[in-house]
Amino acid sequence: MARSHPNGPRPTQITAGRIGLYAFLFIAALFFLLPLYTMVVTSLKTMDEIRLGRIFALPETLDFSAWITAWSGACMGTTCVGIRTGFWNSVAITVPSVALSVFVGAVNGYALSLWRPRWANVLFGLLMAGGLIPYQIFLYPMVRAMANVSLYNSLAGIILVHVIFGLPLVTLLFRNYFVSVPEELCKAARVDGAGFWRIFFEIMLPIAVPMVVVVSMLQFTGIWNDFLLGLVFAGRDNLPMTVQLNNIVNTTMGERNYNVNMAATILTAIVPLVIYFLSGRWFVRGIAAGAVKG
Amino acid sequence: MPIKRKPHLSATFALLPTWLVAVVVFIGTMAWSIRLSFTNSTLFPSSTYVGLAQYVKLFSSAKWLASLQNVLIFGVLYVAGCLLLGFLLAAALDRKIRFESAFRTIFLYPYAMSFVVTGLIWQWMLNPTLGIQASVRSLGWETFVLDWVVNRDMAIYALVLAGVWQGAGLVMVIALAGMRGIEAEQWKAARIDGIPVWRIYVSIILPQLGPALAAAGMLLAMGVIKTYDIVVAMTNGGPGNSTEVPAKFIMDNLFGRQNLGLATAGATVLVLGVIIAVAPFRYAIYMRNRAKGVA
Amino acid sequence: MQSAVSIKDLKIAYGDHSVIEKMSIDIAPREFLVLLGPSGCGKSTLLNAIAGLQDITAGEIWISGKNVSWEEPKDRGIGMVFQSYALYPRMSVRKNLSFGLRVAGLPKTEIEARVARTAALLHLDKLLDRRPAELSGGQRQRVAIGRALVREVDVFLFDEPLSNLDAKLRNELRVEIKKLHQNLGNTMIYVTHDQVEALTLADRIAIMRDGVIQQLASPAEIYHRPANLFVAGFIGAPAMNFIEGRIERGNGSPVFLSNGLAVDLSGYSFQAASDGPATLGFRPDHLVLDGAASRLPTIPGHVSVVEPMGSEAVLWFDWAGQSLSLRLMGEVTLQPGDTVAPGVDIAKASLFGADGSRL
Repeated sequence: MARSHPNGPRPTQITAGRIGLYAFLFIAALFFLLPLYTMVVTSLKTMDEIRLGRIFALPETLDFSAWITAWSGACMGTTCVGIRTGFWNSVAITVPSVALSVFVGAVNGYALSLWRPRWANVLFGLLMAGGLIPYQIFLYPMVRAMANVSLYNSLAGIILVHVIFGLPLVTLLFRNYFVSVPEELCKAARVDGAGFWRIFFEIMLPIAVPMVVVVSMLQFTGIWNDFLLGLVFAGRDNLPMTVQLNNIVNTTMGERNYNVNMAATILTAIVPLVIYFLSGRWFVRGIAAGAVKG
Repeated sequence: MPIKRKPHLSATFALLPTWLVAVVVFIGTMAWSIRLSFTNSTLFPSSTYVGLAQYVKLFSSAKWLASLQNVLIFGVLYVAGCLLLGFLLAAALDRKIRFESAFRTIFLYPYAMSFVVTGLIWQWMLNPTLGIQASVRSLGWETFVLDWVVNRDMAIYALVLAGVWQGAGLVMVIALAGMRGIEAEQWKAARIDGIPVWRIYVSIILPQLGPALAAAGMLLAMGVIKTYDIVVAMTNGGPGNSTEVPAKFIMDNLFGRQNLGLATAGATVLVLGVIIAVAPFRYAIYMRNRAKGVA
Repeated sequence: MQSAVSIKDLKIAYGDHSVIEKMSIDIAPREFLVLLGPSGCGKSTLLNAIAGLQDITAGEIWISGKNVSWEEPKDRGIGMVFQSYALYPRMSVRKNLSFGLRVAGLPKTEIEARVARTAALLHLDKLLDRRPAELSGGQRQRVAIGRALVREVDVFLFDEPLSNLDAKLRNELRVEIKKLHQNLGNTMIYVTHDQVEALTLADRIAIMRDGVIQQLASPAEIYHRPANLFVAGFIGAPAMNFIEGRIERGNGSPVFLSNGLAVDLSGYSFQAASDGPATLGFRPDHLVLDGAASRLPTIPGHVSVVEPMGSEAVLWFDWAGQSLSLRLMGEVTLQPGDTVAPGVDIAKASLFGADGSRL
């Protein structure tokens, strides 16, 4: 029925603005996805196919050999054991670093916000300043100090370094979280006779579980993605994946195996990516929380 | 039991390791580094003071000056690019579109990846013989040029491109959260006033997102000063000095060239740079809080 | 005479969930119409639909003789004031008032003249260069009203404009809005859940419930002759007293019977006579303390609570296991436990049938 005059809902019309909006979104999505796509297709091609110079073309046959080489045979300089040692090194570095830094940061945030001992604000200010200052100014003296106590170039050493440099952000996030916990909760527990640690473990930590998850995820991706600290402190035997990846790609002699390089790159990126895709909303919350007070 | 009567003791005790870190690591090592910058240390620390000689040497080094200029260009374009693209993406996602969460996931995923990975991906994409340039040429556009990573004049923009690709999602998330926090009635009022949508975003919403975007900008700017991994992975400072950055200059002199005095002088300048960049912000926040009576 | 706003067979639904059921209202030029109802009754939805901020499912909306059902809000010839004020936070009062006009491309001198006129009318002259954050709640709402006024349109829409203010400011601004209406003579449609605002401001009140208008009438009519039990119970504080019983019509005038009470209904003007179950409703101010002396049917009981309120008092007394209220002027010396026998003035009472509608 043709309606002669306006009646009922406004007819939905597809406006130019709406088309422009979706065009912008799709082009943007293309810009963001293209590198990922390129990386994946390149890793599945043979070198002969790559030499054709068609970076966006789909592989003619699926060839997983580059992945196998990247995992267990790619060369860094003269050693050819692939990136798998780096993967396990990264796991060995990241897991304890995350657990320790989150625990210490949670205790810090709890003590700073709900107990406010003497000089709490000074300590917090120092931590925040430490978080802002470029690492380069700390590096050399730290290397010397750690060499003196035999922690330089060791797994324990790199873990300690990650915990230290993780403290500012983790403490900040937990402090901001615990500040929003009503103080009465802490007071009531104290009236009931609970002490500092009992209140922490039995009341505050359970409340803060969502924050623990968010911060752990943030720290996990942060430490997994670290390059600088791993390069300086981990030592030859503990080099994390990012450092080994860069060595594979940028220090190869002779012809570069782009398919292997891309496979190794994907393997390095895959852990944070899986965390991101499985926990999108938590991740978003984490970076939003981290950004609010930078 | 003393703990129950004086529970603050436990809190103080619990914070001891952190105090140790703050005083020994953050203050102690920084003081040591700054001290070294006034000595003639090379491979090993020396205690021969040379005044400002290292700083003079630093600022007469073409490489250092180039790296300062590079980081400035990179920083301005990277922060501005992330803010602009991030804001546009957020505004687009705010327009009640389909597949919003899919788009959001796509725009943010690069932020989960390391700078090393980001640098390597874009190094490959921009590879002049086998990358985008070759593909476009094989389509028939023989004169197409996209050789940024090997072009002295363009390499810094390749870094910006990769950086914006990685960081725009962060701004998008922050801006979108801000937009969602704006009262629905402001939108209604603006529609009654007949304000076009783009104008609402520019004149009404953007000013309200100011503080959130400033925080995001700060976060990105701090990243700029620390820029190292992405350069090492993507261009390693080249071609020539065209993508050298201060953080890399310091690392090279610290561990590669065994030039401790010069490296620590550079690091000290970097720290001063951070203080100069952050101080006005902190001061503004402090004054605002004091004005509100919360400080 | 042409209506200022006319709603024809309007229907609003989300899927199967209907918010506004087929509704038609005509609002006369210069009329002040209040949409009153509990939250969720659809009154704000209706107002938003008139403004063009809400999609409609069926029907038409006419404003000033023009079918605006498909028009953009800005083209409908309306101004709107919101509960949260919805001022643009980063703009000065002057910019808030002029922003829409500037976007519409009006000449500068015209904009300045309108802003000046509005500011003078609402006593905003001294506040023009302040930001919303620097204003009090009452000042903010005056700016919000000003932003509607500068549009110089015929119809103003108010969406609970006083709800965010404290009681004192609310009373002040209510008077200001009433004066404004008297001075400007525009058509105003005003949504509220506050019956005092409705009774004091409105030329007509539309009482809504579940997307249906229960009664559309003058405040006096609504107060004195509520159309159904819902309206009767919604309007008035303390609420109207209700007694359930039945109407019997012997061989003479009808009588209301309940728990030994027998009230002669010959003084009641029926609009729909019927026998059987019924509810007798009477307002606390329509009870007379000494019923016998006034020769009214009496409802005997014991005083339970006395609530003095300065110039008047509310007396609560128990009758047949239910609590009834009665409004008294002046000081009250009665104590809880005292026996009273108030009389009900049947001419001012209301009777409702089994379906709740007025008899």
